[in-house]
Amino acid sequence: MEPHDCRHLLGDLSDYLDGQASAMLCAEIERHLEDCANCRVVIDTLRQTIRLYRDLPGPLLPPAARERLYHFPDSGQFLRP
Amino acid sequence: MDDPLIAETSDERALIARLQAGDKAACAECVELHAPGLYRLARRMMRDEAEAEDVVQETLLSAFKSIAHFEGRSGLRTWLYRIAYNAALMRLRRSRPDSVSVEGAGLDGDAGLPVPRQMFDWCCLPESDFDSREARDQLEAAVQALPEKLKVVFVLRELEGLSTEAAAEALGLSPEAVKTRLHRARLWLRERLAAYFTELAQPAAED
Repeated sequence: MEPHDCRHLLGDLSDYLDGQASAMLCAEIERHLEDCANCRVVIDTLRQTIRLYRDLPGPLLPPAARERLYHFPDSGQFLRP
Repeated sequence: MDDPLIAETSDERALIARLQAGDKAACAECVELHAPGLYRLARRMMRDEAEAEDVVQETLLSAFKSIAHFEGRSGLRTWLYRIAYNAALMRLRRSRPDSVSVEGAGLDGDAGLPVPRQMFDWCCLPESDFDSREARDQLEAAVQALPEKLKVVFVLRELEGLSTEAAAEALGLSPEAVKTRLHRARLWLRERLAAYFTELAQPAAED
């Protein structure tokens, strides 16, 4: 495969990984992957990147901040019941 | 999959009706339900916890004040993210007016997608290397470092789980722009993470 195929397919990789690529596009990508080690690495590490972020807990609202949200100084009518 | 564009559940419709009637307990419920997610978005956009907390507070106050005008065209959560994003953006523009500008030019469409450079396959690392505190810090730092306009799309779509349509609604973008920015963000993060994980993997590979 010529390198321009890699460039050509690059824009479709998220659709492919999200299961939103057409059957024709999937077949084209999979054919290309058989011959292109670099694209296999890109797609495997891209898939892994997505997975790692799906498992990331993310910043936790600090308990003190949560308490303060119930006690906005200028919002008398919105206090905790 | 449910469509977050619609105020989908009867629970949510009931909560909105109570908020519109000025029910204090409903406000507390709304804080309980939505403050954690709003904080995750704000914390990833702002520099520190205090600024993020200010954004959440401003968002909830502003939402409670304007809930009468909420039409239910989008879900409550989508609407709150929209208010929070705008509040965060206003603050960022005030504090560093040059950095949040029209960097969006050229972000949409596939033309000029950055060519992947990191070509080491680090997927084979042991799971403990991905699970570590250090790895999680790297993942968080990489999100913080994303260009602003990619970051907010990545956070809402990938991390907060909004649909393409809901994220588009929250950010005032076309669904197509959301899709290409999400893709650019993923490629950008892959490069950045590869630098870290390759270094972890290579000493082992050389032995």
